[in-house]
Amino acid sequence: MTRTSRRSFLKLAGSGAATAASLGVLGSARAQDNPAPAGRVNLPYPDSRIANLRELKENTPQAFHYPDSSSPCQLIKLGHAVPGGVGPDGDIVAYSSQCTHMGCPLEYDTASRNFKCGCHFSVFDSEKAGQMVTGQATENLPRILLRLTENGDIHAVSVEGLIYGRQSNLLGGAS
Amino acid sequence: MTGFKDRIPLPPAGAQRTNMTCHFCIVGCGYHVYKWPVTQEGGLAPEQNALGVDFRRQVGPLQLILTPAMVNRIREHDGREYYTLAVPDKACEVNQGLSSTRGGQMASVFYSEGGATQARMKHPRLFTGDDWVDVNWERAMALYAGVMKKVLDNDGPDGVMFNLFDHGGAGGGFENTWGTGKLAFSAIRTQMVRIHNRPAYNSECHATRDMGVGELNNSYEDSEVADTLFFVGANAYETQTNYFLAHALPNLQGGTLAKKRSWFPEESHEAGRFILVDPRRSLTVAICEQVAPERILHLKIEPGTDTALFNGLLTYVIEQEWIDREFIAAHTRGFEEAAEANRLSLEECSRITGVPREQLVQAAEWAYKPKASGHRPRTAHLYEKGIIWGNDNYRIQSALVDLVLATHNLGRRGTGVCRLGGHQEGYARPPYPGSRPAKYIDQEVIQGRGRMLTVWACNAFQTTLNAQQYREVLYRRVNIVRDAMARARHATVDELVDIIYDAVSNKGGLFLTTIDIYPTKFATGGHLMLPATHPGEMNLTSMNGERRMRLSEKFMDPPGSSKPDCLIAADIANAMKALYEGEGNTAMAERFAGFDWTTEEDAFNDGFRKPEGIDSQGGPTGDLVTYDRLRVLGNNGVQLPVKEYRDGKLIGTPMIYADYRFDTDDGKARFLPAPWNGLPEPVMAQKEKYRFWINNGRTNHIWQTAYHDQYQRFRTERYPMAPIEINPTDAKALGIESGDVVEVYNDYGSTFAMAYLEQDMKPGHTFMMFGYFNGNVGDVVPDWTDRNLIPYYKGAWADIRRVGSMDEYKRTVSFKRRRYV
Ligand code: SF4
Ligand code: FES
Repeated sequence: MTRTSRRSFLKLAGSGAATAASLGVLGSARAQDNPAPAGRVNLPYPDSRIANLRELKENTPQAFHYPDSSSPCQLIKLGHAVPGGVGPDGDIVAYSSQCTHMGCPLEYDTASRNFKCGCHFSVFDSEKAGQMVTGQATENLPRILLRLTENGDIHAVSVEGLIYGRQSNLLGGAS
Repeated sequence: MTGFKDRIPLPPAGAQRTNMTCHFCIVGCGYHVYKWPVTQEGGLAPEQNALGVDFRRQVGPLQLILTPAMVNRIREHDGREYYTLAVPDKACEVNQGLSSTRGGQMASVFYSEGGATQARMKHPRLFTGDDWVDVNWERAMALYAGVMKKVLDNDGPDGVMFNLFDHGGAGGGFENTWGTGKLAFSAIRTQMVRIHNRPAYNSECHATRDMGVGELNNSYEDSEVADTLFFVGANAYETQTNYFLAHALPNLQGGTLAKKRSWFPEESHEAGRFILVDPRRSLTVAICEQVAPERILHLKIEPGTDTALFNGLLTYVIEQEWIDREFIAAHTRGFEEAAEANRLSLEECSRITGVPREQLVQAAEWAYKPKASGHRPRTAHLYEKGIIWGNDNYRIQSALVDLVLATHNLGRRGTGVCRLGGHQEGYARPPYPGSRPAKYIDQEVIQGRGRMLTVWACNAFQTTLNAQQYREVLYRRVNIVRDAMARARHATVDELVDIIYDAVSNKGGLFLTTIDIYPTKFATGGHLMLPATHPGEMNLTSMNGERRMRLSEKFMDPPGSSKPDCLIAADIANAMKALYEGEGNTAMAERFAGFDWTTEEDAFNDGFRKPEGIDSQGGPTGDLVTYDRLRVLGNNGVQLPVKEYRDGKLIGTPMIYADYRFDTDDGKARFLPAPWNGLPEPVMAQKEKYRFWINNGRTNHIWQTAYHDQYQRFRTERYPMAPIEINPTDAKALGIESGDVVEVYNDYGSTFAMAYLEQDMKPGHTFMMFGYFNGNVGDVVPDWTDRNLIPYYKGAWADIRRVGSMDEYKRTVSFKRRRYV
């Protein structure tokens, strides 16, 4: 697993992550202290630029990490509109690439456009919001929610579904 | 769904922890259930949470399973709220920390007022003629016992019918099979009983038992040390998942070689080989092909030709002298006669089964030819619904066990001839008071017999054969009673009893009560519902596919006033006893005596622990087992039968027949002649008339009738309707695309399904999910059964036509191939 240093991660991730990370460092490690400040119900996910539209090639996944450097994800332009897809063609999606069963790294199969897990053979459909096609997980793939800026930058802004191996998608301690 | 999306509560260090055997499939994986007040939460540091895991950092792969589906929030009767967490037990020898997609969601199915399980029954419900209302147990029992007494007094026990579970796990277990069995067989003494998944009171394994070989005779560990695993009609990845992943697959991968060498140091060893008999390229076949293509052999037999396959192999191994004549002479009877009756040349076998001769030879070599070291190979034969629900259960099973006996593939470690199983087991009942073959209860209902029917923790609407006619008649008869009840405004219980009895005895009606955890489709068609409990809400013992018995501990209150099935049986018996005592009929009162139980443990002690004269899977040493002794053994439990209790521990039996004393009068196993005789005539008639074989069975997503799953979004989004896999060329010819709704129809009925194009399906073959709540394959299954009234569920042929397109299914459901490759 590649690890960005805390410094570069903070720079990359912007202010949202800085809040989360610093709270993690400074705050208590108790789960309920994981911060959703008054007035909010969502976790304070970082807003991270992960790519630009121009860099994407159809059906060629691009790796990134979100919401922190220990959570590998994949960004894919599918070439046709899909549930949850963003961008001018509604075809850009991103998912955590750790299997929701036991966290083995998922492989993106360009032929089927599925994410496949070699550990216990779970298969997830990138074109159907990460639905588990078959397998032993109890959750679909966590979706990384995306936002597009005017200049074509793609930002990760949130995660729907729990990333494998965490109590919370935002780690409370050192990442 | 439990409502937890991107974070979940952790159990604090020291949180209450109890043992729970997964109550879904036969494998019976061990789990821990944590329960703690919602006002508390564990911390991220390992010493701050009960799991001892450091959640301050990303946990690495294969370290744990902890998902939102494993957490729930519950409320006890006193109003206190708790979080619960159900996680697989790493120390359990069965699953070794693995969970499957079914068991992994166990916490999601704990009763939660705000959760997916809110549809659970809480109190008895009575149909008042045009609506359902809650009633208390006293009134429900007064009505139920009142009708039953009238039927018993006037029509005798044959008027009282049951559709009755006989298994372990959820809706079953030794406590509950005993309570219900004692009620039906000792007290009521009715023979008019069928089992949850078949239309009569019979065994799915009569043949092997008649041969002296019980169907669960080895351990999962034997799959680790076998030379060859011979799977027949079994799709273990989907239906015995963690058995397959933790015990079978590692053998194929060579991961168990060290164990093989240490267990059998004299013998030559290789990674295991798998022979898989299945007309379909199942998910299990696809995974094995991916893992070790050169070590697997997929015999794609023509539907229903298993008997011919085993007979061809038997004939061939006799010719090759790969049989064990010493074993045959010392421990069996009837070999010559069976060998003669079953004789089938390899050419003829190949012609009937459609399997090329070379593959037949290869299968015989892998399974029966002496190894390099000269030792007889250790081949475990593992079968399930392809045989159980196959073409003539009794005959196929005989042919298979003949082959196994001839080659001495039982009693030695690494061998065995076992069903892999569906549910867990947990049978302890007085003997069935009828004969064999038993009564074909579905036909009795259809022919207008019986006065009252109690449907107990099962749902034949979704799991019987010839289901359309069955439902049609049932509705008609039940509605006769409903009409009578509707006209009986403000009747007292006594008046209502008379009105109901008049409708069932003079007008052809049937009084229908269901005892279940949910208001099933069957239940909502009836007159009275009684709410039962679930594992976790009662203490419950069951055993898995290797006879491993565990105690699943109670940790929460049941919904409302629902009760364990065994205590409902006791309530019924006690209500009947009081009625008979009231009129001074001591003989009948005596029959309903012996139900003075206040807990499920009382029922356990009354049945399992007093095995004399009853049929119990605990065997004669059941008295050695107590709740306390089981509690000590946790999720590893003990393999029945118990040999002894020594040094504070129950000692069990990993392999049956290691002493070659088979379950016959003289201890010798019996060969049974089983000549191949084609498809049954009524099935053949459908095959000749209709184009598609409607093979059917399970998918790993859905458990049983989807009684829980139909309320779980993760499941219903995947399968809003029963899927039917169709060959793409066939589909194209019919104008069918994935996501279309299709009608499947033949002379027996018609049903609907969601088309799912799959290139692995042979032209003319389909595969439809069995037992679903939306689209029921039983509607097109012929009413033919084998000699013991075991259905041929897999023997349906039908035509298919497109009904129309379903936009939402197409948009939201994945139609990617379910095979890994
Ligand atoms: S394999 Fe069977 S017993 Fe084990 S977790 Fe899955 S459903 Fe439960
Ligand atoms: S870790 Fe992916 S299927 Fe088990």
